[in-house]
Amino acid sequence: MKYIKYFIVGCFFGIILVRSQVISWFRIQEMFRLQSFHMYGIIGSAIVVAMVSIFILRRFSVKTISGEPITIPKKVFHWGNIYGGLIFGLGWALTGACPGPLFAQVGSGFLVVGVTLLSAIAGTWVYGKVKDRLP
Amino acid sequence: MPIVNHPWPWYIAGPLIGLVVPLLLVLGNRSFGISSTLRHICAACIPANIPFFNYDWKKERWNLVFVLGIAAGGFIATTFLSNGGSVPVSPSTVQVLKQEGIRDFSGLLPSDIFSFSALLTVKGLLFMVVGGFLVGFGTRYAGGCTSGHSIMGIASLQWPSLVATCCFMAGGFFMTWVLMPLLFKWL
Repeated sequence: MKYIKYFIVGCFFGIILVRSQVISWFRIQEMFRLQSFHMYGIIGSAIVVAMVSIFILRRFSVKTISGEPITIPKKVFHWGNIYGGLIFGLGWALTGACPGPLFAQVGSGFLVVGVTLLSAIAGTWVYGKVKDRLP
Repeated sequence: MPIVNHPWPWYIAGPLIGLVVPLLLVLGNRSFGISSTLRHICAACIPANIPFFNYDWKKERWNLVFVLGIAAGGFIATTFLSNGGSVPVSPSTVQVLKQEGIRDFSGLLPSDIFSFSALLTVKGLLFMVVGGFLVGFGTRYAGGCTSGHSIMGIASLQWPSLVATCCFMAGGFFMTWVLMPLLFKWL
């Protein structure tokens, strides 16, 4: 039961993804073809709002609802940020979806995307298997 | 409800997505990120003694519940809040995609590529199966996806996330402008 709040936030996020058509393959094509501002506006304004929110949380030392101090894990650079990022970009343009929208598409009734999702899980698994041999 | 029945403009949707970040932090000190769930699913279902999947995934259960919520949200939005209208895609994008052989512009995904019958074609396999594989492999190698790096990472001023995001875009541009026209020509 203590996880239900995350389910509700997930629902909220899923509804936005569908209603703003972020889950549309065509929207991602428009973005990569630089023929629409829609996706740039969404990602850009999401970053700005998240950045201001984090600034406010830090500035006023806001605690979580259970009273813990808020911590944000530090991301350490590794070459995977570049190589993995490029590989993900290739896949993003093909599937027209990053992981969040994949889940929202399946929920929206595009059951065939379940295949894409299984393949993404397979991709993650193969990464785990070969990661020590990668740069 | 006409307000929920039209596609939301970016200046409504973007800020609402941005608010997910402080919401998760305040509710339970959780960092917004979705691609990690693919790793948790591997760890839960097929760890196969691989060290990368040998960790207590149950501690990350919130993340799995969160993505279940995303799927449920997709269901709610499509079933109860949708007007069923078509996607107003930019005319220039429609024109290019028509030249490349896309016929169906009626939904969120072109059924020419994304359908069970297309799954048995080379094109379908490439876009769904190979595409999905690259998403899963690439996000984990990069240490995050659009949510974890582009939104959470950049918003918390972490430069590796900016590097990763530039690479996401570079990969996407290369696929769209260079590889995809070739693929459409050959398939």
